[in-house]
Amino acid sequence: MSTTDQVREDVTIRFAGDSGDGMQLTGSLFTNTTALLGNDLRTLPEFPAEIRAPQGTVPGVSSFQLQFGSREILTPGDECDALVVMNSAALKANLSLLKKGGIIIANSAGFDKKNLNLAKYPEGVNPLEDDSLSDYELIKIDVNQMVKEALLEMNLSYKDQDRSKNMFVLGLLYWMYNRPMDSTINFLNKKFGKKPEIAEANIKVLKAGYYFGETAEIFSSRIIVKQAELKPGTYRNITGNEALVLGLVAAARKSNLPMFLGTYPITPASDVLHGLAKYKKFGITTFQAEDEIAACTSAIGASFGGSIGVTSSSGPGVALKGEAIGLAVMLELPLVVLNIQRAGPSTGMPTKTEQADLMQAVYGRNGESPLLIVAPKSPADCFEMAFEAVRISLEHMTPVIFLSDGYIANGSEPWKFPQSKDLKDIKIEFEGPRHQEDEPFMPYARDERLVRKWAIPGTAGIEHRVGGLEKEDVTGNVSYDPDNHQKMTNIRRDKRDNVANNIPLQDIDQGTEKGDILVLGWGGTYGSIKTVVHQLRKDGMDISHAHLRYINPFPRNLEKLMKGFKHIIVPEINDGQLVRLIRSEFLIHAQPINKVKGRPFGVKELKQAILDLVGEAVA
Amino acid sequence: MSVETLIDNFVKEHEADLTALPDYSSKDFASDQDVRWCPGCGDYTILKQVQNAMPVLGIAKKDIVFISGIGCSSRFPYYMDTFGMHSIHGRAPAIATGLKTSRPDLTVWIITGDGDALSIGANHFTQLLRRNVNVNLLLFNNEIYGLTKGQYSPASPSGIVTKSSPFGSIDHPFNPLALSLGADGTFVARAMDRDPKHLKEMILRSHRHQGTSMLEIYQNCIVFNDGAFELFTDKKSRPQESIYLEQGQPLVFGKENDKGVRLNGLMPEVVELNDTITKDDLWVHDEQDSTKAHLLSRFFEHPSNGDGVKFPRPFGVLYAVDRPNYDKEVVAQVQHAKETQGEADLDALLSGGETWEVK
Repeated sequence: MSTTDQVREDVTIRFAGDSGDGMQLTGSLFTNTTALLGNDLRTLPEFPAEIRAPQGTVPGVSSFQLQFGSREILTPGDECDALVVMNSAALKANLSLLKKGGIIIANSAGFDKKNLNLAKYPEGVNPLEDDSLSDYELIKIDVNQMVKEALLEMNLSYKDQDRSKNMFVLGLLYWMYNRPMDSTINFLNKKFGKKPEIAEANIKVLKAGYYFGETAEIFSSRIIVKQAELKPGTYRNITGNEALVLGLVAAARKSNLPMFLGTYPITPASDVLHGLAKYKKFGITTFQAEDEIAACTSAIGASFGGSIGVTSSSGPGVALKGEAIGLAVMLELPLVVLNIQRAGPSTGMPTKTEQADLMQAVYGRNGESPLLIVAPKSPADCFEMAFEAVRISLEHMTPVIFLSDGYIANGSEPWKFPQSKDLKDIKIEFEGPRHQEDEPFMPYARDERLVRKWAIPGTAGIEHRVGGLEKEDVTGNVSYDPDNHQKMTNIRRDKRDNVANNIPLQDIDQGTEKGDILVLGWGGTYGSIKTVVHQLRKDGMDISHAHLRYINPFPRNLEKLMKGFKHIIVPEINDGQLVRLIRSEFLIHAQPINKVKGRPFGVKELKQAILDLVGEAVA
Repeated sequence: MSVETLIDNFVKEHEADLTALPDYSSKDFASDQDVRWCPGCGDYTILKQVQNAMPVLGIAKKDIVFISGIGCSSRFPYYMDTFGMHSIHGRAPAIATGLKTSRPDLTVWIITGDGDALSIGANHFTQLLRRNVNVNLLLFNNEIYGLTKGQYSPASPSGIVTKSSPFGSIDHPFNPLALSLGADGTFVARAMDRDPKHLKEMILRSHRHQGTSMLEIYQNCIVFNDGAFELFTDKKSRPQESIYLEQGQPLVFGKENDKGVRLNGLMPEVVELNDTITKDDLWVHDEQDSTKAHLLSRFFEHPSNGDGVKFPRPFGVLYAVDRPNYDKEVVAQVQHAKETQGEADLDALLSGGETWEVK
C-alpha cells in the first residue's frame, strides 16, 4: 500500500500519558520542530499539580495539546485530530476532546489488566478490544515491545528503556505529519551530552518510531501542513514565561540598571526564577527568599538602593505580598509584581489557568492604594508587557502588577523577536548630591507628572527617611494632618491616572471603530476572542474586538471607544471582574461571558456564548 | 564587554567621597525631627549611643542606612540623619537583605524590637542570621508590646499579667540569644540601656563584625513593663546578677569580684573565689566556642538553676566567628558570570538558539 499526501490547513494533536511518561517534553519537542518548519501554532500543556500522582490513574494524566497550521493559529484548538494515549487513564481522561473520526494512537502495553483497573474501567472491559472506539481511527501499537526490540543490542536497564518510549511516539508523529527529526536529535545529543548511551538510545527509538510509520502501512496518508503566512522576519518559538524573562532582561539593559528578583517558588511562576537565575551576566540578581513577603520586601529594599526590584508569584503569593505592595505605593519606589494567575481561591488548582486576580490587583490592599496594572495578551506578548511594566514602574516611581496566567505562561507561539536597537531606551536619572549651601532635598517634591525623585543611598547631602506612615506633602515627614492625608491620597490617585498619558491609546484589534457589538477582552483570552470574532465577521455579524493590555489606568480613549458600540461583551476566565470595573467606571451596560474551569475558552463555546448573548439582546 | 550598570558607575563615582570624610560629631547624626518616645524610655539612651558611635565608624553619612520594622523602637530611623526606611512589621531583615545584596557598598543597620523580630518577623530574623548577610541588627528587647499599649511579647516571661493576659501569660518565651545561635548567627551579643559605655562598645563591635551582627539590648519600657531588667541593670544589684564577658578572661562577677563560673564537664557552676578556687579554675571566655556560647545563652534557664543556684546574666559578645557573607557571595557570583560567560549580548539572548525566517 502506498501512502498519499494530504494537505491540511491546521491540525490539533494531543499527547497524553502518565505524568512520568514525558508527555510535556514530547509535546515541546514536536512544537519546536513544527515552529522551525514555519507553521503558526499555539500550545496548551496540562498537567497535574502532583509531581508523580498515583501512576496509571486518571488524576495522574499529563497532557500536551498543540494546534499548528498554515493559517493564523491563535488557540491550541478545541478538539483534536489526533490523540496519543500512553495508557488507559490517558484515554479515559482525554477521549472527549477528540473529534469524531479522529486518530487514536494507543500504546497497547498501557491497556493491560493492571492499567485498566487503575483507570477504573469495569472488570473485563478493554476499550481497545471492544467496539467502543469504532467512531475513531484506532491505531494500537505495543510501544513497550517496539522500544525493547529497538534497543535489543544496547543492554540498557529496564528503567532507561521505559523512559525512551515517548520518543517512539514522537518519531511516529514526525512521520505522520512530515516533520524532520534533526532538531530533536540535536536536542537529545545536547541534553544527554554526558550520557552518550542514553542519547543514542533515545535517538534509536525516535528513528524506530519514524520508520515504523514508514513501513508498517497502517496510515493511508501522511499529512502536510504548509508554512504559515506570517509577517516577514525572523522567528523563534517561545512560551509566555520565557518571553517574560527576556522582557525583564531587555528592560534592565535598556535602562542600564541592575535588576533584583526577590521571589519564592510557586506554580506556575517558578520558571521566571529559573529563567532569570541563568542571566546573571546581564547584571541580574535572583534571591530565593524565605517566603512571599520577604520576596517582595527584599525587592523593595533593592529598589530603594537603585535596582529594578521585581517579585514574581501567583495569586496566593500575591495575597501575602499585599502589605508590602502597599508599602511600595507609600514609598513611591519602582516595583514590578508578576502574578502568573492560577485557579483559586486559596490553593485552588495550581496548574490550571484563571483570570480571577484582577480585582485583587486593583483593590487587594488596605487603604486607598492605587497602582498600575498591565496584562499580556499572548505568550509572545509577555515580552513587550514585561518591558512595559518595568518602563512605567521606573518612569513613574510606582508599583506595577503584571497579570499573566498559567495558560499563556506555559503555552507557546512563534515570536518575531525584536532587535535590541528597536527597543525603547528607558532613561533614568537619580537625584544628584547636594552641598550645604544648596536648598535642602525634599524627598516628596514632584514633577508635573506628580513623580518624585529616585534618591538613592550613597548620594551625599540628600540623606532622608521614608516609611509606611503617611507622608507630609513635599517634605516626606510623618504627618497625621487631616488635610494632608486627603491631599496625599488625591496625589497618589492622580499620579496613577497620569500614567494614561504614557501608554498607548486603545486600538480596535479587528473590526470597526463604531458598530453594533464590541467584544472587550484582556489578558490570555486574546487568541480565542480573535478567532471567534474573525469567524463571526466572516458570517456577516457587525462585531469588533478590542483587547486591553493596560488596565490601571485604562487607556484615555477607552470610554469614547466603547460608546461607539451598542453592545459591549466582556468574556473572562473568572466570574466577572473586568466587566464590573467597566460598569462601575463608565456606567456602561457591559455584559459578561464567564468560564472558570481551569481551561481557556474554546472557540466553539465562546462563539455560541456570544451568539446566545446577541440573540438575547436582539430579543 | 561585561555589563556595567548605572549603579556600578554610581558607586565608583562616589567612592572618592570617602577620602574627604568630614570630621563628624554625634550631633551630625541627629535629624531635625522631634523624638517622640515616652519620657524616660530606654530608647533615648540607645539612640544617643548609636549617634555617639557613628562618628567613630569612619563611614560617610550618605553610605549609612537604618531600616526598621514596626513598634516603638522602629521609629528610630526618623531620628538619624542618614538614609532610612521605617518599613512594615517584622520585615526589616528582608528589606535589608535586598538592599545590602544589591548595594554591598552601604553600611546597613536594622532596628527592631522583641515583637517585631521574634514574633511577626521571626522567620526573617532567623533567615537573616542563617544567611549571614553583612548587616548589623539591634534588637531592642523590652519584653512587652509598647506601641499597641501593653500586650505580652514573645520574649515576656511566662505568667506575666498584661492587658492581653489578665490571668497570666501561658506562652513560653523565646530566648533571643539562644534563638540566634540556633539560627547559626555568627555574632551574638547583649548589652543594656543602663550601661551606655558598654553599649557603645558593643555597637562598635557589631559594626566591625563581617556578617550579621545580632546585638540584643535590654531596654526598659517605663510605661508598660517598668523594671523588667532592673535586677541586671540596677547599679546595686548588677554586680551580683550580671557578668560582663571579655575575650580570654575568666568569668568573674560579684561586688568584690569574688564569684566566678566554673565548668564541670559541660555543666557550669557558680563558685566563690577563695584560696582553693582561684581565677585559674574558672571558665575562660572564648567567643569562637559555640558550645560555650550555647551554655552562656542558657544561663537564665539552666537546669542547675533548679537547686536555687542563680547564674549571672551575661553581657558582651557571646559568640563571634567568621563565615562567608551572603551578600558578598551573591555579588561574586554575578561578577563571575559577567567575567566568564562571555558578552552580555542582548540580541543573542533574544534570538535564542533556533530560529527560522519568514520571507
